[in-house]
Amino acid sequence: MFGKLSLEAIPYHEPILVLAGIVGILGGAALLGALTYFRKWGWLWNEWFTSVDHKKLGIMYFIVALIMLLRGFADALMMRTQQAIAAGGSAGILPPDHYDQIFTAHGVIMIFFVAMPMVIGLMNLVVPLQIGARDVAFPFLNNLSFWLFAVSALLINISLFVGEFATTGWLAYAPLSGIEYSPGVGVDYWIWALQISGVGTTLTGINFFVTILKMRTKGMTLFRMPIFTWTALCSNVLIIASFPILTATVAMLTLDRYLGMNFFTNDMGGNVMMYVNLIWAWGHPEVYILILPAFGVFSEVIATFARKRLFGYHTMVWATIAITVLSFIVWLHHFFTMGAGANVNAFFGIMTMIIAIPTGVKVFNWIFTIFRGRLELTSPVLWTLGFIVTFTIGGMTGVMLALPAANFVLHNSLFVIAHFHNVIIGGVVFGMMAGLTYWFPKAFGFVLDEKWGKRAFWCWLIGFYVAFIPPYILAFYGAVRRMQSYPNAEWQPYMIIAFVGALIIMAGIACTVIQIVISTRNRKAYEDVTGDPWDGRTLEWSTSSPAPFYNFARLPVVGDIDSFWSQKQRSNEQLDNAPYTDIHMPRNTAAGPIISIFAMIFGFAMVWHIWWLAAFSAVGMLVSFLARVFNDDIDYYVPAAEVERIERAHQQRVEAQA
Amino acid sequence: MATETLHHDAHADDHEHHDAGATKVFGFWVYLMSDLVIFGSLFATYAVLMRGTAGGPTGADIFELPLILFGTFALLVSSFTFGMGVLAMNANRVGQVKMWLAITFVLGLMFLGMEIYEFQHLIHEGYGPDRSAFLSAFFTLVGTHGLHVMFGMIWILVMLVQLSTKGLNDMTRPRILCLSLFWHFLDIVWICVFSFVYLMGVL
Repeated sequence: MFGKLSLEAIPYHEPILVLAGIVGILGGAALLGALTYFRKWGWLWNEWFTSVDHKKLGIMYFIVALIMLLRGFADALMMRTQQAIAAGGSAGILPPDHYDQIFTAHGVIMIFFVAMPMVIGLMNLVVPLQIGARDVAFPFLNNLSFWLFAVSALLINISLFVGEFATTGWLAYAPLSGIEYSPGVGVDYWIWALQISGVGTTLTGINFFVTILKMRTKGMTLFRMPIFTWTALCSNVLIIASFPILTATVAMLTLDRYLGMNFFTNDMGGNVMMYVNLIWAWGHPEVYILILPAFGVFSEVIATFARKRLFGYHTMVWATIAITVLSFIVWLHHFFTMGAGANVNAFFGIMTMIIAIPTGVKVFNWIFTIFRGRLELTSPVLWTLGFIVTFTIGGMTGVMLALPAANFVLHNSLFVIAHFHNVIIGGVVFGMMAGLTYWFPKAFGFVLDEKWGKRAFWCWLIGFYVAFIPPYILAFYGAVRRMQSYPNAEWQPYMIIAFVGALIIMAGIACTVIQIVISTRNRKAYEDVTGDPWDGRTLEWSTSSPAPFYNFARLPVVGDIDSFWSQKQRSNEQLDNAPYTDIHMPRNTAAGPIISIFAMIFGFAMVWHIWWLAAFSAVGMLVSFLARVFNDDIDYYVPAAEVERIERAHQQRVEAQA
Repeated sequence: MATETLHHDAHADDHEHHDAGATKVFGFWVYLMSDLVIFGSLFATYAVLMRGTAGGPTGADIFELPLILFGTFALLVSSFTFGMGVLAMNANRVGQVKMWLAITFVLGLMFLGMEIYEFQHLIHEGYGPDRSAFLSAFFTLVGTHGLHVMFGMIWILVMLVQLSTKGLNDMTRPRILCLSLFWHFLDIVWICVFSFVYLMGVL
């Protein structure tokens, strides 16, 4: 009846998990109770969960991502604690099996359920506004993408209390992830969480690619698009081309585990290195999916706060395109030690180093934008400056790793850990924090507190170096990654320093939480009625904050790069007084959340081999999708009078402020 | 949507209305390209694993070309009949569209029947997908294509219902076009499967 699921699956003998479980359940119950008590369910369902508004979806992506950041960071703290203690024969606080689950969960959560939703959330919030569109090309699919991601995040969290998570590392290398060496349900949770959210990500990629190519407003040619939109476009190209590889690879692993096939087994003709090749053919483009939009954020921030057009707009675009292409021909540098031979390794080593060239072009573009600009040291700018320094260091250690000869020594060592945290924290995290601060007023209508924002930045910056310089050093003493304990007590001081670094980063996260709470509480004082708090350059600042649900009452017409800026320079120009027209908008739909809930039940049933439930939920998905297909009432018109009323109310607020 | 949109388009703005139908078809093209990457991964895997027979049969031992050729022709002809259906749609002949779709469905069913027969025959002989890496890759590549054909057939049924209830309008037309792209796409993938897996397998 319940497949492999029984009460044995509840890990009540592990105090940490029991505690986490109790906190999770109590927290969830408190939240649900509060929603019921304040009668917010209807509001939540009608205004948010079923919304097809890209701005609301962007906000929801960020909320889930920030919650998952806390979970992923708790894992990080536990690992740092363990390694700070478990030296010279000490067992530490985490048994090996639990420790392995934690480093796996940390990687999976931070990449798939923190970094990805932040990047996709920002694209949702910003891209349609930047190109002067009213929504994305496929609003219903956009909602569905979000929910497929959200239920996968839930599935990962269920694995904490029901069963176990994978102990294989975040990419679940075969044959360790095969049924022979991982007979438990941990890898199955990994499989279904990735598969479900991966479908959502692919749909997002298609959706935004089409949106950017087809929905740009009049006059916005490709080479007038803001850089963030350009990087989003390239990032979505990478999603479309690389996520299907992940889907296929994970599906093959699934067939190995569920139907006894032999793709990645040691015997029966299977090929384990095929798995490693395939997973990195997706995995390397994936890191550029994350970093390109961060580059876009920095470009917007630096141009806005230096009050200058970005230096070398065209080279910036071409550098982004070059990175997009190159990212597909470097994957083998993740396993030079496979033994593919000197020529193959040399090719991939050289290709990897070549990526440093367009990246270097970008760094110089940012620096020259600052040069002779009037740079205002706001917190988004601090994140950008911190990024330029930190990412450059991380890029150089990357080039070191790209040397096959050096890589044979550094492979699987803490050097790798230090390198990719160097680029992901210094690049993606800093970028998302800058983006969060920069576009927060566009989403909510008030700016974030600068004082706490700067504190968050300094904690993150200092904490990062304190936490990740020691592993660089330890690698030269021979420390490998994923150690539950180590015999050499001389390494312990470095591990303790790294632990202190993690604590400083924790203070940084706390500052961000405080920043959001304080700013929300004082939102009247931080209010921005103009819609343009930073004296911005691109179209998203030309509409009110928060933007009306239709984004633009009249669709803007674009004449050049940074067209909103040049429009402001021409200033006293007569405002557009054309009458408002009816606006065509998509209706909210419950199909996204319903299909996704069935998808989550399907994933859970597959994990535990509850076949009847899997069949039931598969039919549920199909039927709810068909119900959507047969629904004709999917859009409506906002009458011109309603648009006029909303716009007039906004104008009155602006005038009252002035 | 249809009547409202048409009514609205008649008298208003050209600048804000991007052609929704064209956007859908373009988006579907992009989806097909990403689906192609899935097939590409499976083809690559097959190429790597085709010699991993683990003492089991090779392609030459088990492929029955006459049967496969029959299925191949059924699928190729179904692409032609679907093309006729789209021509009928352009001529606004709902009845003919339905007829051609129904014929396409039957041809798809013949193809799928061939494949199911082949699969169950192989499994019965003891050459199931768990026998060797070669057979895993073979069953997965061919089966993924078959699964696509099955979804295409479900889609044809849905469109037959919608053509009967809604007729040809702004909602059903792009869907027929997308389905036709999907069907031709599956045909092209099958030509690759036939050449690369079956013909090269028996060489």
